[in-house]
Amino acid sequence: MLRRFWLIVPFFALIVLFFPSRAAAQENPYIVAYDHYMEEPGSLEVEYFSTFGTQRGGNDFHAFWTEFEYGATAWWTTEFYLAGQTTFNDSTLFTGWRWENRFRLLKNEHIINPVLYIEYENTWADKILKEIEGHDVESDFDESNAVLRQEHDHELELKLLLSSYYKGWNFVENSLAVKNLSNEPWEFGYALGASRPLALKGSATPCNFCKQNIIVGAEMYGGLGDRYSFGLHETSHYFAPVAAWNMPSGWTVRISPGFGLNDNSHIFLLRWGLAHEFPNFGPAVARFFGAHK
Amino acid sequence: MKTRLFISLLSASAILLGASISFAQHDNAKDAQQAAAKYIGRPNEMAKAPEKYRSKTNPMNSDPTAPVAGKILFKEHCATCHGKDADGTRRGPSMMRDRVQTATPGAIFWVVTNGIVCHGMPVWSKLPEPERWQIVSYIKSLGSSTVAPDPSRPQASIVAPR
Repeated sequence: MLRRFWLIVPFFALIVLFFPSRAAAQENPYIVAYDHYMEEPGSLEVEYFSTFGTQRGGNDFHAFWTEFEYGATAWWTTEFYLAGQTTFNDSTLFTGWRWENRFRLLKNEHIINPVLYIEYENTWADKILKEIEGHDVESDFDESNAVLRQEHDHELELKLLLSSYYKGWNFVENSLAVKNLSNEPWEFGYALGASRPLALKGSATPCNFCKQNIIVGAEMYGGLGDRYSFGLHETSHYFAPVAAWNMPSGWTVRISPGFGLNDNSHIFLLRWGLAHEFPNFGPAVARFFGAHK
Repeated sequence: MKTRLFISLLSASAILLGASISFAQHDNAKDAQQAAAKYIGRPNEMAKAPEKYRSKTNPMNSDPTAPVAGKILFKEHCATCHGKDADGTRRGPSMMRDRVQTATPGAIFWVVTNGIVCHGMPVWSKLPEPERWQIVSYIKSLGSSTVAPDPSRPQASIVAPR
């Protein structure tokens, strides 16, 4: 299974090398929170993310995942994830897949813009911490990979993503409800974020290091318990400064050091990501399969 | 177990690919003539801009570099659909159409901000307001393909880097 997972690495290298592109989509800097912007229709964004996490009472870990994000329409973005993790002094595992869909609910821009998020995930020994839900705590990761991989999660995840733009600032409020399909109660979580480019005006000369290409901000996320025990207690919460550098060549680099806010949280999470956008990917694939030139 | 997982993974990918490609083909499986006719027949989105937007003046009017910066932004964010010279593709109309060039800067700003989501144009409010106005400056500097360009406006094709 791990060998199959690594097949994506040469695939990724091939499409980067042979799919010429030049598009910068002004990606947000968040790792966990979502804003209301959809992927441009026909564009494919390939993203790699890494999370290094400390673990009290166990081994530190490095979790990693790849996202294939595709703009099906201007109001529908669909995304496929493959994830894995290495627990130091233990082993490396493929930890499952997710299929995420985001639907823009309103046609025009408003003060608050809602997006409906629906995801199905099939994971085991997952440590990517893409969201915190229910009573997720640091000690859940204490066990060895051999034990963790025995438990499979088949989850349906719903989120309401609210996002606003005000004078160059983006504010996001995400609420999340998760149902493990193996008869467990609904669990809840949240993510908040704010970000702003370092400059609001575009430069009159093409440049990589222009201030408008760098977006900085912060996000905060955590669990909200389950339907029997709702609230901020007995779960984990994190605060993380975030930064993204959008290059005109279509590459985006993100980095985010995260800090646990209570004793149930990992003390430190270092996350980073690399993304590349391939505009007109869908039409190119369609032409390849014989659609009209 | 592994086989089941692999098959479900493959099926999910196939569904994803099939659905998204079929949507993407909507705009692309037509010839250029049909595509042009499609734009001509469409309602004028600029006319839908609320009055408070239509009457807005471009705050970048006094900035002589705005069309140049706007051209760079246009190439980065808009050229995929509207063409690198803003002359249109099968996925998006030319910016030199009379409909665009006769619209007020505020109306163009409104369309850039809100997109035309039902017809495949995404919202661009993620670009800060000054950048959107710079794009409007560039678009207005192009002039119409059938009407002589406004001589009072700087011509981006002359000053912008190639």
